[in-house]
Formats: sequence, structure tokens, C-alpha cells
Amino acid sequence: MTEIHKKRPEFRNINAFKDLTTYRLPLAGWVSILHRASGAMMFLLLPFIIWLFDTSLSSEISFTRFSSAFIVGIGFCPAWFVKLVVLALIWAYLHHLSAGVRHLYMDTHHAVSKEFGKSSAIVTLAISWILTIGLGAKLFGLY
Amino acid sequence: MSVNYGSKRVVVGAHYGLKDWLAQRVTAALMALFTLVLLLQIIFTSGDMGYDKWASIFNAEWMKTLTFTVILSLAYHAWVGMRDIWMDYIKPVGIRLLLQIFTLVWLVGCAGWAIQVLWRL
Repeated sequence: MTEIHKKRPEFRNINAFKDLTTYRLPLAGWVSILHRASGAMMFLLLPFIIWLFDTSLSSEISFTRFSSAFIVGIGFCPAWFVKLVVLALIWAYLHHLSAGVRHLYMDTHHAVSKEFGKSSAIVTLAISWILTIGLGAKLFGLY
Repeated sequence: MSVNYGSKRVVVGAHYGLKDWLAQRVTAALMALFTLVLLLQIIFTSGDMGYDKWASIFNAEWMKTLTFTVILSLAYHAWVGMRDIWMDYIKPVGIRLLLQIFTLVWLVGCAGWAIQVLWRL
């Protein structure tokens, strides 16, 4: 090894504050950790999701409450905040779904190669971001 | 260091995967199917989506059954996923147990609420 070749850094017992900031994750790694993060997020927001399900479905009156949450807000939450949380949930759902389909695809038929890992990660991220931006624009009334 | 793989592994009751691995995937496929079915119904609803149209989607008996199954699937799926997270990051057994109990209570509570919403429709 010549002097020019810098020694590759070794990561053991990754420290969340010292190492994570400099650790360059490959795209497949981003898909993976975001899959986990989006899952945890939906788990924590589950009561809110069921609240949306409940108010939108239970009666005509509750449906009005549901729609007005997106127009004038609900309780101490202004409408933009409700929309922001819903947008985060939309992203989480889309990412979790597309990363999950990628998982099933890899599980069932396909030998996993480094190249496929990367290209499928790009597709996964592209699908979830494009759909999130599209639906987010609709949610915030841009079209 | 004790062996934690193969036939001589130390069994500590973490299920060692296959059942939960499979359950997680089967429930995931079910939820994906539900998403598709719901999406198609929304797309093929004519006119603006008001309360009547939205409620009538979930009023159909087969849709109620599918939604019920999906609620249970979601609880199981989220349990497997959250347990994985706790097992990966939380090492002290006491805290891990507390978080796992919290997860179960949280999920059973949410599933109960969702089923109640579905049932009184």
C-alpha cells in the first residue's frame, strides 16, 4: 500500500455522537435505517392514525370534525401542524411500503448482489420521495 | 463467549426468528393488499369523497372483514418490528422488558380502539 492510499477507517462500537456524524452510509443502508425509523414513527403515531380513522368514519358530525382539523386545526394544534404530521405519516407509509416490497422481492426470488442492492435502493427512495412530494403538494393545496 | 448460533446455541427465548420472520412478511403482504384494495375503491369513487362514500367503503361486509384482519396483522407486524428495535438497541433487560410491555399494551389498546370503530359502523 502506498502512502497515497489512506487507511480505510474502521468502525467498531459505533458511538452515536462521534462516529455517526462522519459515517457515510451507502444508499441501501439509508433505505434500511429509514425503514426502521418510519416503522417506529408510525408505531408511536398509531393513536393519531386511529383517531383519523375514528373521526372520519364514525358519523357525519365526527367527519366534519375530521375535515375541519385540516382547515382550522383541532384543539391547540393549528391546521398546518396537523397537515405536517399527516405528511410525515404519508412519507413514513410510502417509504415503509416500498422498502418492504423491496425486502419481499429480495426474499423471494432474487440473488442479492451489490449492484442490485444499490439500484433497488435508488428506486425505493425515488418512489417514496416522488409520491410524498406529489401527495404533500395536494395536501397543502398547491394544486 | 458462548455460542449463539447453530445447534449448540444458548436458547434464551428470543424465538430465533422463522415464525416471526414469516409472520412479519405475511402480515406485510396483507396490508399491502389492503392498501391496494382501498386505493382502487377511492380511485373508482365517482365525484367528491364525502362522509357517505367514505363510510360506504368500510360498510361492505367483506371490507369490514378485510379491515379487521389488517388491524390484527398490523398489531402483530408492529410487535415483531418494535421488539427487534428494542432487542437491537436496549441492552439492560429490565428496561427492555418494560418497553416490550409498553409496546404490547400500546398495540393491544390501539387495535381494540380500531376494531371498536369498525364494529359500530
